[in-house]
Amino acid sequence: MAGEAKIDPMHQFMITPIGSDTLAASPFQFTNSSLWMLIVFAAILAFMWGGMKRQIVPGRWQVAVEGMTGFLDNITRTSIGAEGRRYLPWVFTAFTFILFSNWIGAMPFAIVPGAHPFTVTSQFSVTMFMSVLSFAIVLGVGFWKRGLHFFSLFVPKGAPLPVKMFVAPIEFVSFMVRPFSLGLRPFIAMFAGHVLLDVFGNFVVQGLNAGGPLGYAISALCFVAVIGVNALELLVGAIQAYVFALLTALYINDAVNLH
Amino acid sequence: MPQIAQLALVYQSQWFWLLVVLAGIYFFVGKGIVPKVEATVDNRDATIAADLAAAEAARAGADAAEEQLRANDLAARGNAQATTAEAKAKAAKAGEVRLAKAEAKTAKLLADAEARIATSRSAALASIEGVAAEAAAEIVAKVSGAKVTAAAAAKSVKAVLANG
Repeated sequence: MAGEAKIDPMHQFMITPIGSDTLAASPFQFTNSSLWMLIVFAAILAFMWGGMKRQIVPGRWQVAVEGMTGFLDNITRTSIGAEGRRYLPWVFTAFTFILFSNWIGAMPFAIVPGAHPFTVTSQFSVTMFMSVLSFAIVLGVGFWKRGLHFFSLFVPKGAPLPVKMFVAPIEFVSFMVRPFSLGLRPFIAMFAGHVLLDVFGNFVVQGLNAGGPLGYAISALCFVAVIGVNALELLVGAIQAYVFALLTALYINDAVNLH
Repeated sequence: MPQIAQLALVYQSQWFWLLVVLAGIYFFVGKGIVPKVEATVDNRDATIAADLAAAEAARAGADAAEEQLRANDLAARGNAQATTAEAKAKAAKAGEVRLAKAEAKTAKLLADAEARIATSRSAALASIEGVAAEAAAEIVAKVSGAKVTAAAAAKSVKAVLANG
């Protein structure tokens, strides 16, 4: 019989120090979050290196790697145009990091005793940092390429002056909201999904603890629900990575091509 | 919500390690591996395109060679037919010439023979006249004892023969 379940769906988002007893407010503090970032990095490296045989007739792994780079190359080229390849490294970095974080966070590593999986992208401090980076690239490219002309992005072309006066502030606000919406989206998806998984998982254990036909029935039902939510989590994890990459490419397109 | 509760304590390490990892992905993978993978894909596309072009060229070459072969065949057949016709015509002409020659020879032989026959006949006729005149003279001498000159006998015989 499982032990008394502690219902704290937030516990999984706690950052705990590794190698020291208490968290220090220092950039070099190594935490479980840092550890899982490095695991994500290692997984990406392993995946990409596995596809580096560079054969003319590719194997399965190479096809997977080429499929992913081709997919992202396609996003940047269709969104930005011929210049898109310059921005592929960042779009690739953002996509793979979010995708691998989401998926590795959804893996049942906790089945190994002592392992505490951690979803890096369930921290808005991480996703916001990435969206601000994307936004900084947009601003940097925009002002470097267009100078102060970049502000014409907010003015609708061909509209009469009163409409311009009215729309430009709205456009400006919507532009400034972009980094928040871009960073909150993957965070919310992972956060909500993992809370849901934790709650349903707790129901499975609590049903078993309660015993009786009703308890077992609830337990079984919630187990099926956990499987379904997990599948959904994998889908959402991929979609969020895609959305982040696509929006980053579209925002960069605004800066490169100005409308 | 630990994300907010812990934010002040952890944001520095979160950002530091995130920056390290993102820089690692960006430079090692995004700038290092991805262009190589892309180059491999481009290379493959180029190879496939080149192979297709080569195959297309080879097919066109084969088509042209076949066309050439057919033309050659046609020309050779025409040549052969012309040669045959020429040989036939030559042979026919040669046969005609030989026939004409043979005919001429035969005609000449025939004419010669006819001429010889005619001379022999006239010679024979002449000798018959002489013999008949002699015989007539002798018959006259034996029957009547009259001496008939050879000239008179010949004259008489000739007259008789002419009267037939």
